[in-house]
Amino acid sequence: MGDVFQAIADPTRRLILDELAERDGQSLFELCGRLAMRHGVGLTRQAISQHLALLEDADLVHSQRAGRTKLHHLNTRPLRGLTDRWLHEREE
Amino acid sequence: MSIRINLTSIFVDDQARALAFYTARLGFLPKHDVPLGEFRWLTVVGPDDPEGTELLLEPDNHPAARTFRTALADDGIPAASFAVDDVYATHAALAAQGVRFTQDPTPMGPVVTAVLDDTCGNLVQLTAAT
Repeated sequence: MGDVFQAIADPTRRLILDELAERDGQSLFELCGRLAMRHGVGLTRQAISQHLALLEDADLVHSQRAGRTKLHHLNTRPLRGLTDRWLHEREE
Repeated sequence: MSIRINLTSIFVDDQARALAFYTARLGFLPKHDVPLGEFRWLTVVGPDDPEGTELLLEPDNHPAARTFRTALADDGIPAASFAVDDVYATHAALAAQGVRFTQDPTPMGPVVTAVLDDTCGNLVQLTAAT
């Protein structure tokens, strides 16, 4: 399992999560189109694919086959409780 | 010198099914249908431009064609792109007929695009200017 902090440290990967939050279940093609057209991200498809692999490794993205096409889904579970270790009320 | 695109092609895994989908579902018109041994020289044209560019529904019997198409469809990449007047309306009409979309209508800068499955091994993009 990859590190969640490392996964969300990269701005492009955060944009990917933003786009999946707006519409869950996207192909690599759609994600590349959104990143290019909406955010001016000029990365190659291979680079986006590697970002997705890292997000999957951190369990933030799940991929699922729909017919012939692999669709990517956002999984927010690893983000929950991420900062609890610092936010819990300290006992004086 | 004048050069024009008179023909473009898309690989299909079944020509009869492709003809049915591209005409009955997408609204293209049959143009040429010539028997060629096991296969057919099979083309369709846009209903508004019957003398315009023909789309050849080409058999994918070359083994590399299938590998290539499978890889494209896996990543959601369309093998062809067609223009419509209104992507949202076209998507609604086709989805109601059971056509499966891998991408619902999405504004992408100067165009709206959607991507559908042609049931013959390809994804096809629809676009309209906004």
